[in-house]
Amino acid sequence: MSAPTHTAPGEADSTVEQTAPKPTTMTAALNQALRDELAADPDVVIFGEDVGPLGGVFRITDRLQAEFGDDRVWDSPLAEAGIIGTAIGMAMYGMRPVVEMQFDAFSFPAFEQIVSHLAKERNRTKGRLSMPIVVRIPCAGGIGGVEHHSDSSEAYWIHTPGLTVVTPSNPADAYSMLREAIRSDDPVIFMEPKSRYWSKDTLSLPVQTAPMTKASVVQEGSDVTLLSYGPTVKTALEAARLGEGEGLSVEVIDLRSLSPFDDETVSASVRKTSRAAVIHEAAQFGGYGAEVAARVTERNFFHLSAPVLRITGFDIPFPSPKLEEFHLPTAERVLAALDTWEWEV
Amino acid sequence: MSVHIERNEAPVLPQATPLTLINDTGHAVAGDGTGGFELPEPEILKSLYRRMVVARRFDTQVTALTRQGRLATYPSALGQEACEIGSVMALRTSDWLFPTYRDTIALLTRGISPADILEAFRGDWHSGYDPKAHRTAPAATPLATQALHAVGLGTAARLKGDNTVALTFLGDGATSEGDAHEAFNFAAVWQAPVIFMVQNNQFAISVPLKKQTHARMLADKAVGYGMPGYRVDGNDAAAVYAVVSAAVERARSGHGPTLIEGLTYRIEAHTNSDDPSRYRSNDDVLAWKARDPIERLEKYLVSQNLLSEDDRSAIAAEAESLAGDIRDAMNAEVEIDPLSLFDHVYAEPRPALLEQRQFLADELSASEDKS
Ligand SMILES: Cc1ncc(C[n+]2csc(CCOP(=O)(O)OP(=O)(O)O)c2C)c(N)n1
Repeated sequence: MSAPTHTAPGEADSTVEQTAPKPTTMTAALNQALRDELAADPDVVIFGEDVGPLGGVFRITDRLQAEFGDDRVWDSPLAEAGIIGTAIGMAMYGMRPVVEMQFDAFSFPAFEQIVSHLAKERNRTKGRLSMPIVVRIPCAGGIGGVEHHSDSSEAYWIHTPGLTVVTPSNPADAYSMLREAIRSDDPVIFMEPKSRYWSKDTLSLPVQTAPMTKASVVQEGSDVTLLSYGPTVKTALEAARLGEGEGLSVEVIDLRSLSPFDDETVSASVRKTSRAAVIHEAAQFGGYGAEVAARVTERNFFHLSAPVLRITGFDIPFPSPKLEEFHLPTAERVLAALDTWEWEV
Repeated sequence: MSVHIERNEAPVLPQATPLTLINDTGHAVAGDGTGGFELPEPEILKSLYRRMVVARRFDTQVTALTRQGRLATYPSALGQEACEIGSVMALRTSDWLFPTYRDTIALLTRGISPADILEAFRGDWHSGYDPKAHRTAPAATPLATQALHAVGLGTAARLKGDNTVALTFLGDGATSEGDAHEAFNFAAVWQAPVIFMVQNNQFAISVPLKKQTHARMLADKAVGYGMPGYRVDGNDAAAVYAVVSAAVERARSGHGPTLIEGLTYRIEAHTNSDDPSRYRSNDDVLAWKARDPIERLEKYLVSQNLLSEDDRSAIAAEAESLAGDIRDAMNAEVEIDPLSLFDHVYAEPRPALLEQRQFLADELSASEDKS
């Protein structure tokens, strides 16, 4: 298997020219990250449903086939197990496939290939095979999608040893984390929050943010730590703004990496604020928030003034478009939950 | 190069009568029955024979060791030697093989050591050999998943300008799995250099073929995907070799995938924990034993003066020496480091996993202190 020819993350990247700062959406940032990796490493290939001439249903692969040819970017037959399974064979032959699952609930036909093979090939073969594959999954709700178009599948992936699971919440991270994911020798489930696709930052690309396995403190505060990721970072920041009006100083963490979990950054924050709540869209029972609450409690019990809270979607199948606003966690719900704590010291 | 290439010939329609080159009684078949395939060269036939004899000894030795409790489980390939070895011998060493749990003697034919082949069945590690060194993927236990890996690898090879071919084994039961269908379809659409070798050994554990499919035969599956399909006598090593060689040649020269159904029988139980008397009759087993792939080729070779007594004793000696190696390897106690549990989960170390490793290390040293 040939060594990647690109520069390692963190090194100066001579392959990409710096652009002037301009408003950039997450879709454009992801598109540029794919373009830059295709240019930097001939072993990178992109395939999936509709990723060719259409550029993906969200246009993340827009124009890439035209620029790089259909031996680098192509439409596969419509079959998710087939997409992951063939990517695994390609990785065995030294390629670095980046594949798209059109919507997160449509990754479920590929579940077996992901958990039984993608995640395990390194382990099964005593490290003799690596699986440098990125599975891009547009995830979560908030865009009025019909059923099967808005689910959150993170709990399935984070429960699978061997996978790295990350999710950006803004264009800069989207760019930087996707490039890093493509360069990783471990398989990465790259969850793209659909409701943030059209969010904008003023950016000059290429940009390199923190390593993708690190959480970032996106707002400092002293009373409570809100743990959020992907689509709920915006919710947490709104809650922080509302809370400020009520005299509450809220620290907001964007976890960025769901697996591995950045205990260090989270514990440091929780020890400062002594209170934590985790926000996600997925159902609560057996969900990612349960893992976060348990970890935070185990590691920081004597620093906590209150139990770790979960503000999540309900334990229901993802609702239809006209009902999703009642299901998704809101900033108001976050504040109401924080109100259930006894606050006097 | 592009993933998509146009179909350049009409798919071959499979014939119900299996292609046979050397029949049950050890005679070369002439005329129409051969479907235009030629009997392989004498040297190839002798090599097929020798490898089948050695493989059978491998199988009986491992079954015996399993009964003695030296291996946790073993899915025997006894009776399927012609399919396994005829297929593998049609490959170059640079080609890739995608085996299942049953294809241990195919691994042997690829030059993988018995100890490495058996590591998984003994319970030491999931897969014991280096896939890249032997161009052989780790054997798949979930059914049909490996067929997609073969399609991906063959496609990658073509994109990189190599003429590597991938061959994958599938059982009759595995053809019912979704992954098999996706693999057939992807391979045909992408014209991937892949051979699907379906070993129809009549049963998926206890379920007979007629409860697995309503198709006339498994070779017919090829038609719906737009690739050539063949049905071959899976107990005739010469025919398997000839048909697979033609498919390999076709794939290598850029003409896409082929599906081959090898009609054979699993003589032993599914694994050592299976009770085949519950689902099949002894008469059936005896009838298939009479069609033994090794005896038939032996008769042919002897009738053609291609196999001397010296050859036979040399082959027997090779088989016995292999059996001895297997006994030595399986009877030797192997130390496995419990801390290796954490070694190959991620390429990049994870702090939380290092903590768990430390936990186990402490536990181990505490129990050493006690004893
Ligand atoms: C996805 C999946 N389902 C069930 C099993 C359990 N199982 C192991 S072997 C087997 C039968 C397979 O039959 P076949 O494909 O004909 O292959 P054979 O064992 O006859 O070689 C089953 C059901 C499995 N390994 N994988």
